[in-house]
Amino acid sequence: MSEQKLQSQTVQTTGHAWDGDLQEYNNPLPVWWVYTFYATVIFSIVYWVVYPSWPFGKGWLGGVADITYVNSDGETKTHSWNTRALLMEKLNAASAEQKPYFDKVASMSYEQIAKDPEMNGFIQSAGRALFSDNCAPCHQAGGQGKIGFFPNLTDDDWLYGGSYAKIHETLMDGRRGYMPTFGEVLAADQIDNLANYVASLSDIAHDAAKASAGNALFHSETAACFYCHGADAKGRKDVGAPNLTDNIWLWADAPGAEAAEGKIAAIRGVIAQGLNKGVMPAWAGRLSPEQIKVLTVYVHDLGGGQ
Amino acid sequence: MQSGLEDQLALYQKRIPIFTRSVKGRFRRFKTSVLALAYAIYFLLPWLPWSRPDAPAQAVLFDLPGRRFLIFGLTVYPQDVIWLALLLFIAAILLFFVTGLVGRAFCGYFCFQTLWTDCFIWIERLIQGERPARVRLYRQPWDREKILKLGGTHALWLLASFWTGLTFAAYFSYAPQLVVDFFTGQAAAAAYITVAVLTLSTYAAAGLMREQICTYVCPYGRFQSVMYEAETLAVHYDAKRGEGAQGRAVVRAGRGIALERRKGGARPADGPERRRIQLSNAERARAERQAQGYGDCVDCGLCVQVCPAGIDIRDGLQYKCISCGLCIDACNTIMDSFGFPRGLIRYDSEQNLASPAPQAPKLHWKRLKIIGYGVSLVLMTGYLGYSIATRSSFDRAVNQVRQPLYVVLSNGDIRNRYQIRITNKSGAETRYRITAQGVPAQALDLGNFAEIGIKPGHSGLVQASVRLSPSEAARIRQFELTITPAGRPDEARSERLRFDSPGHTS
Repeated sequence: MSEQKLQSQTVQTTGHAWDGDLQEYNNPLPVWWVYTFYATVIFSIVYWVVYPSWPFGKGWLGGVADITYVNSDGETKTHSWNTRALLMEKLNAASAEQKPYFDKVASMSYEQIAKDPEMNGFIQSAGRALFSDNCAPCHQAGGQGKIGFFPNLTDDDWLYGGSYAKIHETLMDGRRGYMPTFGEVLAADQIDNLANYVASLSDIAHDAAKASAGNALFHSETAACFYCHGADAKGRKDVGAPNLTDNIWLWADAPGAEAAEGKIAAIRGVIAQGLNKGVMPAWAGRLSPEQIKVLTVYVHDLGGGQ
Repeated sequence: MQSGLEDQLALYQKRIPIFTRSVKGRFRRFKTSVLALAYAIYFLLPWLPWSRPDAPAQAVLFDLPGRRFLIFGLTVYPQDVIWLALLLFIAAILLFFVTGLVGRAFCGYFCFQTLWTDCFIWIERLIQGERPARVRLYRQPWDREKILKLGGTHALWLLASFWTGLTFAAYFSYAPQLVVDFFTGQAAAAAYITVAVLTLSTYAAAGLMREQICTYVCPYGRFQSVMYEAETLAVHYDAKRGEGAQGRAVVRAGRGIALERRKGGARPADGPERRRIQLSNAERARAERQAQGYGDCVDCGLCVQVCPAGIDIRDGLQYKCISCGLCIDACNTIMDSFGFPRGLIRYDSEQNLASPAPQAPKLHWKRLKIIGYGVSLVLMTGYLGYSIATRSSFDRAVNQVRQPLYVVLSNGDIRNRYQIRITNKSGAETRYRITAQGVPAQALDLGNFAEIGIKPGHSGLVQASVRLSPSEAARIRQFELTITPAGRPDEARSERLRFDSPGHTS
């Protein structure tokens, strides 16, 4: 207060006047504000030097830092700092962080992995990611498959076997489901009889006479269904022929049909047209052995593993 | 009053330095007590030990890398962020409550800026002396005395700022280890950066910028001012009493000092008798002064000299006033010396001052706003206490696997799968058991993890499946899953889950 009274109290304006008498004060700015502003100017210049900044020619002012990363071909590259290289570096670091877990997967047996809570957690998260990227496009997000296209991995019915070893084999080598086109060798009424017989095995309303004819045909040399599907129609895992006596349908859309007639028609369709589209790719070479092992345990844990 | 407008040649407003005179009184004592208490808590709390099995032995530690806050016996995990939110709400409502009642009391007594500025002014006074000495030092040219005194002041300020910054960092790291590492160059980069930033900002804010923070920078002052009402207690100069009809006037004989003196005889002994005589002299003197039309303000300027914001409270309530009450103490001191009644500057409400028959100042709490804030404070604090008291020792998330919603198995049974994630929030490794109620005993399949051991601060995942025959599935649409920490059945928690099957999915 001792200083203030000594100073003048003049109110300064900028000097312009609009519309005759509209004027503007020229109040001084606070010191700290002005110096902070100067500091930001200096900061910008420092920033231009240290960080990637101005473009020139075909390149740009790169800044003082370099960044080194390993790309997907395994080559080590160095570049002036940029965010893409930063991403690659972070991916490298993430892979390195993940490596101990994959090493553990490689060294432990399936049963050991399944019993370890920490490994269980890793399988669930890594397996889920791998499954979503590689398997879900066909087998759907939860592995529930799609009737007429891809098997359901969450139920307890397996075409080729549901043990760890069998699932691993399926993943490594792929599968090729095949059923001959019986429409070319059997008459329509023979196919109808077979369809009724298959219906009878699965508690679907059917014609009893046709079913018994179908039964005979199933076990005859003419149709020879029992070669692949077994004499008891419970399927053969070594050829991937499904169990015809359970409630699970993959190719014939029996659950999709309301009435028994529709279901039998679906079965007829499969017998007549055969199957040549049940192709599962071989993942050996596309995924690393550890990744396939993770997927094996994950698929086994989807509920139906044996 | 600060005029503050320089001539046109200057580009910016140079800070007009404020040298506050020290003062004694009730509000100064209150301010100092708050300062002492706040500093004791802030500077000593990181050093308080607290034994813990799984964490550093510091009572208050915000363990950012470990994603937990350790506050005495309570461990706060990220899932408990609702407590932090509640705490912030309570702090905000408490501020609004207090401001509605007594104005910018936060600014004047509790704000860190005020506390540290007060402390720095105290350091300045310690080294450079009382106000007249400081003004003289400011005006004198740079000689040995000025260099030593100013240098010493700023050095002490930097030291205090540094210790403030280091203490802040000590809340986030084990304090004894941090101090050792800091001075041997082994602390984390974040520690050095934090301490550097806080040292500089404390030094700048409390040493260099002072009241400019309150005037220009701080948003609290602006919105607190908006919360004033006519009933809010604020620091007011009683203009009616102080100015009278003729205005203020310096005291002299006949104008506030008694003309007569007790002639002859020994003076009475010290104490109440002397005071009584003094007062009756003073009362007469005052009556004479008032008869001439002068107000009680003797224009001593002490209220202006003690103000840390550099204002003259006699101009009325201003935006720069931080309501610290030092001018009240100053004026009361002067009033006491003349024997005039205290309270020429006092906490009072605008309503009371403007009324024709002013009463003694009192707290106007019977307002809807105050009562509303008070009730919500009580409710929120109660809920926070209840929530903390009934916290669970583990966190759980049980979700039905929705892709697929159900699976038909080869014999026609229906199966639903559930993912159970348990986070151990207790301080020790615990085994958790999972059971189901409302479904047949054989229906629940927990794979390898009917019991799962989880380390503290970690979480574990259990895949559960429930398998029912079609007839059971039609009947059972909901069931309960219970998670029990081994050996502690009273901490068990249950979740209600649904079971879906073909035709029964809603």
